[in-house]
Amino acid sequence: MFTDFARLPILLSLALGPLIAGAEEGISYNRQIRPLLSDQCFACHGPDANKRKSKLRLDVREDAIKPAKSGVAAIVPGKPDESELVARIFAPTDDEDLMPPKKTHKSLSADQQALIRRWIAEGAEYQGHWAYLPVVKPAVDPAAGHPIDTLVAARQQTMGLTASAEADRRTLIRRLYADLHGLPAPPAEVEAFVRDSSPDAYEKLVDRLMAAPAYGERMAVWWLDLVRYADSAGYHSDKERNVSPFRDYVIAAFNDNKPFDQMTIEHLAGDLLPDATMEQRIGSCFNKLLLTTDEGGAQAKDYEARYLQDRVRAVGTVWLAQTWQCSQCHDHKFDPMLAKDFYSMGAFFADIEEGIIAAPERGVPLFDEGGRKESAALEEERAKLQAAYGEDTPELQARIEAWGTAQVAAGVAEEWVKGFAKPTAERTPDERKKLRDAYKTKFPEFAAIKTSLDQVVGKQKALLDATRHCIVTRATPQKRTVRILPRGDFLNESGPVVSAAFPGYLPVPVIEGREPTRLDLARWLVSRDHPLTARVLVNRLWKLYYGVGLSKSLEDFGLQGEMPLNEPLLDWLAAELMDRQWNVKDMIRLMVTSRAYRQTSVASVEQLARDPENRELTRQSRYRIEAEFVRDFSLATSGLLVRTIGGPSVKPYQPDGYWENLNFPARTWQASSGEAQYRRGLYTWWQRMFLHPSMLSFDAPSREECAAERTRSNIPQQALALLNDPSFVETSRAMAGRVLKEATGDDDARIGWLWREVLQRAPTGSEQATLRALLDKHRSEFKADLPSAQAFGKIATPAPADLDPVELAAWSSVTRVVMNLHEFITRS
Amino acid sequence: MTPYSTLHRRAFLTRATYGFGATALASLMSDDARADGLPGILAAPHFAPKAKRVIFLSMAGGPSHLETFDYKPKLAQMDGKPMPESLTKGQQIAQLQGAALKCFAPQHGFQRYGKSGQEFSSLLPLLGTMADDLCIIRSVYSEAINHDPAHMFMNTGSQIAGRPSMGAWTTYGLGSEAKDLPGFMVLTSHGRGGQNQPIAARQWASGFLPSRHQGVHLRGKGDPVMYLNPPPGITADRQLDVVKSINSLNAEHDAMVHDPEIATRIAQYEMAFKMQSSVPDLMDLGKEPASVMDLYGCKPGDGSFAYNCLLARRLAERGVRFIQLYHKDWDHHGDIKQGIVYKAEEIDRACMALLTDLKQRDLLKDTLVIWGGEFGRTPMSQGNGRDHHNKGFSIWMAGGGVKPGIHYGATDDLGYHAVENPVDVHDLHATMQHLLGIEHTRLTYRFQGRDYRLTDIKGKVLKAILT
Repeated sequence: MFTDFARLPILLSLALGPLIAGAEEGISYNRQIRPLLSDQCFACHGPDANKRKSKLRLDVREDAIKPAKSGVAAIVPGKPDESELVARIFAPTDDEDLMPPKKTHKSLSADQQALIRRWIAEGAEYQGHWAYLPVVKPAVDPAAGHPIDTLVAARQQTMGLTASAEADRRTLIRRLYADLHGLPAPPAEVEAFVRDSSPDAYEKLVDRLMAAPAYGERMAVWWLDLVRYADSAGYHSDKERNVSPFRDYVIAAFNDNKPFDQMTIEHLAGDLLPDATMEQRIGSCFNKLLLTTDEGGAQAKDYEARYLQDRVRAVGTVWLAQTWQCSQCHDHKFDPMLAKDFYSMGAFFADIEEGIIAAPERGVPLFDEGGRKESAALEEERAKLQAAYGEDTPELQARIEAWGTAQVAAGVAEEWVKGFAKPTAERTPDERKKLRDAYKTKFPEFAAIKTSLDQVVGKQKALLDATRHCIVTRATPQKRTVRILPRGDFLNESGPVVSAAFPGYLPVPVIEGREPTRLDLARWLVSRDHPLTARVLVNRLWKLYYGVGLSKSLEDFGLQGEMPLNEPLLDWLAAELMDRQWNVKDMIRLMVTSRAYRQTSVASVEQLARDPENRELTRQSRYRIEAEFVRDFSLATSGLLVRTIGGPSVKPYQPDGYWENLNFPARTWQASSGEAQYRRGLYTWWQRMFLHPSMLSFDAPSREECAAERTRSNIPQQALALLNDPSFVETSRAMAGRVLKEATGDDDARIGWLWREVLQRAPTGSEQATLRALLDKHRSEFKADLPSAQAFGKIATPAPADLDPVELAAWSSVTRVVMNLHEFITRS
Repeated sequence: MTPYSTLHRRAFLTRATYGFGATALASLMSDDARADGLPGILAAPHFAPKAKRVIFLSMAGGPSHLETFDYKPKLAQMDGKPMPESLTKGQQIAQLQGAALKCFAPQHGFQRYGKSGQEFSSLLPLLGTMADDLCIIRSVYSEAINHDPAHMFMNTGSQIAGRPSMGAWTTYGLGSEAKDLPGFMVLTSHGRGGQNQPIAARQWASGFLPSRHQGVHLRGKGDPVMYLNPPPGITADRQLDVVKSINSLNAEHDAMVHDPEIATRIAQYEMAFKMQSSVPDLMDLGKEPASVMDLYGCKPGDGSFAYNCLLARRLAERGVRFIQLYHKDWDHHGDIKQGIVYKAEEIDRACMALLTDLKQRDLLKDTLVIWGGEFGRTPMSQGNGRDHHNKGFSIWMAGGGVKPGIHYGATDDLGYHAVENPVDVHDLHATMQHLLGIEHTRLTYRFQGRDYRLTDIKGKVLKAILT
């Protein structure tokens, strides 16, 4: 291992010389200057022509060096003393000429001023924005070992940093389980892995975990935030919507390792694929996951604009990490995205058929084989009966005339009489039908047919009601007209009509003789020469396995975003992803098999001080697991977890009245019973207006907007949830039940067993003592207070009757402690 | 101080993600820089604040300005006649889309109150006794005309979901003086009439700000704060045993792995436990004298708006920075005449009591009280009700730094457009922040490459209404 490290610098200086060299010497426009100019100057002297002051544009070199009418140029390359920009930024603070102006609350530090001066002196060279330049794969010597480690070490070398030692085996398997499954490592597997001395034990474990269905569930938790998957519509009445098959689709896509380009195409345009399969159509549910309303009094034009804007923001966020929302009112202030580009992007979605102000549609039925046959048979029967019932022969007509005349003569005054009074030829079709229906209800041969028909229709309805549905995209030739909305205002119809087009600042495909479609849009996103999609994806995957992105700004690869600290590494990964035909599992396998991944996460005091966020990868990161996994860890450890994959959303216990402010209709939460109560967190019913409070407290987003990143907060509501939410109380009690049934020996032995089950290590002496003291105290208290012990046994689903309530309550105090520990909910 | 605790302290001060348990954390550290309550991002306000806290009375559903604070005799004269097209052409219309637009007279009388002679509805006589403390603004307008987006706009300054609410911005900037309660608390109530319009939790969300700034809903039924109470059979003492054990084991683990998050985790468990007594203490009205209960006209736990107003005062006393009350059912599409009577009964005494009570405790001088809906209602009839209206409506403010006994701005003769001193929602936000000592253009948060603020790119302070 040491020899490997020793060889690295030499190899790297060969392989990466040119890439690394510039970093230390000359000023890098991309790394040092553009972030400054973008932040301080571009709002007034950048891409937005409407807000540009003094007609000066600094983001384009030709404009910046062009002399104004006065003969003065903002930048004179090589001559800072002749550059107006230098004069302005160095102006006294009370001088009106000072840039940036005082009223903007922006200012440049002395170092920043000097840096700009030096850059101009060195020739004021510009570079294209890193994220918009083609992905070029850095050469990495394959003999040097794992490419990630080669590239990580290359950067660490220049900074005098070194990697940490590998984590112990227990930590490694717990980390892999958390990262690849979102579940705790089973204690027996931890033991086996610790003992496994085969050289490829680690790789075998990775392969096994990535082949298990829990891998797809874990990936879905990440992806569903991005695509803003939820079970409700979002606005106003926040009605239920049938989209859970899309979640199943996502889980399966990751498990089957569907290439990411294929998944992208299905998301945006699965319905447009030739002979689209049901799976592909379900993929297109993505287009329908936006916020919609059915509020009375909502204006269609208003919401048509909102839906368009939502979809454009979504594409910008999910695939490109572009903050396109800025361009819904005006040209972007930092990035080259114009308002025209924004609405042209929106025009790609103008063919999606939908009610604008409408309750969520039911979607298409997803029959299994039996259901499909039954449905076809019923329809055939219904058509036959309908034809028989709808008989309209001259012979029947004559009978009806005779019957009608007799009825009228008898003084019958039903609704059909009015039409009957007219001569036969003058009756409207509706009047004729009413008359026929009236007749048919009176005569047994038709009444029998009607009864059968009603029964068949009833069966059809019952079959549909028992069948899952999924909302999917359907295209309509009646496309909506899309205009540029000045300031995003739907009332202003003065803007020009636009058709679907790609933003001009990115490489654009040539499509002639027709308007590009959603399918073209999707293919463009995943084309080999698109500079953003692959970079954005690998950066986000990186965050899943290393705790922070190579560029920290997961949602902004525009000019205001953070340039990746290790650009060669990001570009190598992006190119590799595309070289491997968008194979996501391959990329994840690469990421979790590097030495960088396998480092310890215990930071030295020096590391914490120098690099608190671990941006330089000199160790692994530690962080609290995500909301869904907090639930999963608890359920899995307690033995209550039900491992069914997929299916409709479920409802864990939730405080009464939490939905009191929902209305139209008013709803109450009915907690799921039986196995459905113990499913993984990702299956929890996602109500946008009132997300389950425990999920919310652990930072699960409401999924109203696409979210590339969750905050990782540490707030008292988390403590309250873990201590008192009946779901967590029940798992603790179930764990106490396991202690009583599965553990053997005396109290200390059982505490040791419990500790290993929950944390996969042996307790220290003082850890053991702390729990022992608590057990003794609570056991004697509950002995003296049997009603309390019994009350505790009744929470949620009552505890098994064969367990002593006092022992169960006392041990539950101990399990509650262990299952509330920071270590339990931390990936390390 | 050891280097290790320095690290902890730095992590504590710089991390954006810790919860509101700063006091508890401070108590764990041998640090003389211990703060009372929770510090905000601003080391000090931008200038001396006139208000230390806000009580925002959100009248959800859209109260009619024409039956409450904006008297329009001309509308009475025009009753039943077509609304002039010059006013309505090209405007956003909600449920009246495509309908004939006819003037609809004010359904209740108005009168003058107090020395200032403030004119408002005869249905609000008790609030009338506080008229000389009110600053009535009759020229507010909003971008949004449907409830959900309009609430979002009023609360976050944007109609796009995911932006922080004004309460979250306030605690983000200023922190909170409350030692054992969250700095931003929300209460909801509803009464008779109107439609029980939904309210989403996003209205008090922290958006892209750290989660600890989210509003905590203080509920009328069940646990006042969700998951506050220990499970059945677990007494407070037993819960304390559990929490102490958790914290002691977490501390021991910290010594092994040096994870700065652990200190915060410990603090949050302490805070959670403290809330198990501080919240019941807040809700326990046993020590409120009968005179106070009579003043508000409520009973403990009755869930009324008046009860929530009393809790608001108690929250204000405890240093909570931003207190927001939602009172629903103002959505009078039909039978507005009776609907307004119900609402007036529910708020008249309650608002009077809140202002009186704050005043007698000398809290009104540094508490900013704001009353208003997400929009107003049309001068046009919708049957015997009124539709949503966003081009001109009324709110009032009182207390902390606002001129008392004045009115500001006006709508046209028919109550349609704000024509005199129009007040954008961003202006309200700018003014509110100004009173709290925040220069609204300077409290920003970098998100997706841009410095966001509550007032977006707008907002002017309404200097004319400041003391």
